[in-house]
Amino acid sequence: MSYIMQGILSFAAGASFAIIFNAPKKSLFYCGIAGMTGWLIYSFVFQLSEDPVEASFAGAFTIAFVAHLMSKRFKMPVIIFSVAGIIPLVPGGSAYNAMRNIVEKDYSVAVEYASLALMISGSIAMGLVFAEIITQVWMKILGRMKGRTTG
Amino acid sequence: MTPTNYELVVDCCLLAGRLMMESGAETYRAEDTMDRMAISQQLTESQSFVMPTGIIFSGNKTLPTKLVRINNRSTDLERIARVNAVSRRLADEDITLEGAYEELKEIENDPRKYPFWIQILAASVASAAFLLLYGNKLMDVPTALIAGGAGYAVANLLEEKTRVKFFAEFLAAIVVTIIATLSVSLGFGVEVDKIIIGSVMPLVPGLLITNAIRDLMAGHFVSGVSKGAEAFLTAFAIGAGVALILSF
Repeated sequence: MSYIMQGILSFAAGASFAIIFNAPKKSLFYCGIAGMTGWLIYSFVFQLSEDPVEASFAGAFTIAFVAHLMSKRFKMPVIIFSVAGIIPLVPGGSAYNAMRNIVEKDYSVAVEYASLALMISGSIAMGLVFAEIITQVWMKILGRMKGRTTG
Repeated sequence: MTPTNYELVVDCCLLAGRLMMESGAETYRAEDTMDRMAISQQLTESQSFVMPTGIIFSGNKTLPTKLVRINNRSTDLERIARVNAVSRRLADEDITLEGAYEELKEIENDPRKYPFWIQILAASVASAAFLLLYGNKLMDVPTALIAGGAGYAVANLLEEKTRVKFFAEFLAAIVVTIIATLSVSLGFGVEVDKIIIGSVMPLVPGLLITNAIRDLMAGHFVSGVSKGAEAFLTAFAIGAGVALILSF
């Protein structure tokens, strides 16, 4: 599938999930953009490394930066944009497969899927937290530099 | 500065914290907001302890410590944004404490949601988009549109009626699976598994799982573990609903 098609689809997924999560009206378009950015990075890295865990980390890391910029611009909490952004990356498929196999008593396959889901959601959370820490440190350095030049 | 009504400060903080947790905010954000509001009203020694099921807040050494219970949790980003805006304006002294309390009460009573049919439409579109993103054929799209919308509608209506989230998700998964298997056996769809995965995406607790791990990493162990338990139960309910139909 071409990147343009993937971009349109992930935009639709992000924006419609923003509606389900009742995001403010004027943020809907940017929620879609966040979802698109995250998915495109994910799909690009996935093609290179073929590892969903690494790709999810890269996607979430980028989303956190984009969401931070948007939250500064619109003066809204970061969570509005990051939630819509990470939705396409969330391991719904593997969580579903894990649960289905457990209920069908196919435990070894279920554990495989469950570990994958756990690893992916862990890497998404790590990506978000890492990017947040980096922006915080960066803002602090920026603030200190400004303080030095003015006073 | 005029002497502040500390009782009202504590009530205001608790109301803001409860609204945020009911709307699915991160634990640290709720604690931050409450502390910021308290400090702006000269309660500099306030302590807050936030869990997904309740909040304990203590203003200072002499004020009584208060507790509120949080009964229902959903995701409502608009509410988080509005509460956040009120707390910022209170900290900047744009509004008085009384004004802030009034506004928070107003936010509590006026949900300001999208119309239900738009939400269902969004769930349909999201299901179809996921189906295609996971590399499925165009032919399955109509089934995913119907199944995704129907599943979301059933889950929401039942949750309103029964107040038991897991039961609602279980029945919604059953509805999704019935629609998917019927359409495949009638020849309108091709791959049952992928249609089901796409259509249960609006129900799957992916956000809860991610938030749970985030809370754990931030040191909010109680919140992290209880959110994880909620996510596990929801996923189990969905999986059980799907498997029940597929086993026939």
